[in-house]
Amino acid sequence: MSRYNRHIILSDVGQQGQDKLSDAKVLVVGAGGLGCPVLQYLTAAGIGTLGIIDFDIVEESNLQRQILFGTESLGANKAIAAKKRLEDLNPTINIEAITERLTSKNALSLFKEYDLIVDGTDNFATRYLVNDTAILTNKPFVYGAIYKFEGQVSVFNYKDGPSYRCLFPIPPKEGSVANCSEVGVLGVLPGIIGTMMANEVIKIILEFNQVLSGKLLCYNSRTAESSTLKINKNQSEFDKVLVNPNVIEVNQENNCEVSVKEIYKVDLKAIDNIQFIDVREINEQPKLTLSNCIEIPLGNLENNINLIDTSKTIIVFCQSGIRSKNAVEILYKHGFKESFSFNGGILPIIQALKINV
Amino acid sequence: MQLNIKYFGLIAELTQCNEETLEFSNTTISELLETLYNKYPELKTKDLQVAQNQEIVFNDTNISGEELALLPPFSGG
Repeated sequence: MSRYNRHIILSDVGQQGQDKLSDAKVLVVGAGGLGCPVLQYLTAAGIGTLGIIDFDIVEESNLQRQILFGTESLGANKAIAAKKRLEDLNPTINIEAITERLTSKNALSLFKEYDLIVDGTDNFATRYLVNDTAILTNKPFVYGAIYKFEGQVSVFNYKDGPSYRCLFPIPPKEGSVANCSEVGVLGVLPGIIGTMMANEVIKIILEFNQVLSGKLLCYNSRTAESSTLKINKNQSEFDKVLVNPNVIEVNQENNCEVSVKEIYKVDLKAIDNIQFIDVREINEQPKLTLSNCIEIPLGNLENNINLIDTSKTIIVFCQSGIRSKNAVEILYKHGFKESFSFNGGILPIIQALKINV
Repeated sequence: MQLNIKYFGLIAELTQCNEETLEFSNTTISELLETLYNKYPELKTKDLQVAQNQEIVFNDTNISGEELALLPPFSGG
């Protein structure tokens, strides 16, 4: 088949290698910034069966980096929109679109159907779920994650190599590390990191011997520098999962959103009775310049509860409305029941004030 | 001894540099972290992992190398 000619004439791939790609079954979790380039190259390479799981829909702000989607895909489920584009790219492979969220309920049975998993998710709860399910089903997984101008890539659970927990044993609190929707990301960065991930997938399938297992590649797009750090296997991190398989459910419960009260508009008549709390990092813009607004980054909130004027109604905000929900959970714990998370973050607040003042 | 410490992601934002050289006389990674927490109090609230001579290490590891790195987990995708 001429489609794969440039692989077949490559001495280390050949027809035999191309057949391995055709026989492979790969599940890509998340069709976002990382998932899109991974899917594009794996489809082009002729991976025989590609699963795409994503429950999210395509939004305009995704198009800056999620290169499988165009304006026609806006509002469509990402797994379905990706499948549609990829089937045009390569109609000879089998693409399965799964429009659900990956949860502890569906992860085990889903992973069992594939040889290899790709983690292109955007939150820690799902990353630990991918890791733990990969351990329970004994599947290798290719990991990638990004932050602003930097990315990390590795291969975990591959041939007795380390897992994600060997690198980061303790799951960070959700909201403690901002994601792309909150702090932004250079559009080309997930393209670079996702392409590196696709490269590792193909190396694993072709059984090359220098897979990025036991190593973390850190890339900085600003300096074009990369560092490769060695990760050692820690069997006790595997045992945490193997000895207690329901860890995947516990994890999910810990990360389930508690019902935090949200508000959608500011009542200006009551503004003097509001204590605004900005839980973003100090360098995040734009600022809310009101005398009754204090800045306490989320990570410092617990130690600075005394700064809050509790005689007022507390409205917490961040960039997009995710960290502020975590902050309100903390405030609830300290007994501040009249605390609200502002839905949508700083921009709608500023807009509301400008329009109304 | 002189240590060269590299910072990644939001840790580099907090320290406002990608790397720096520190004079350090104690022995373990956790002692080094205490020194850095004094210099950058906000660091204490961050999740991070330390690498020494390009290898991930944990708090009880003795400092033997000159090249250290502090890296946070990234969640973005």
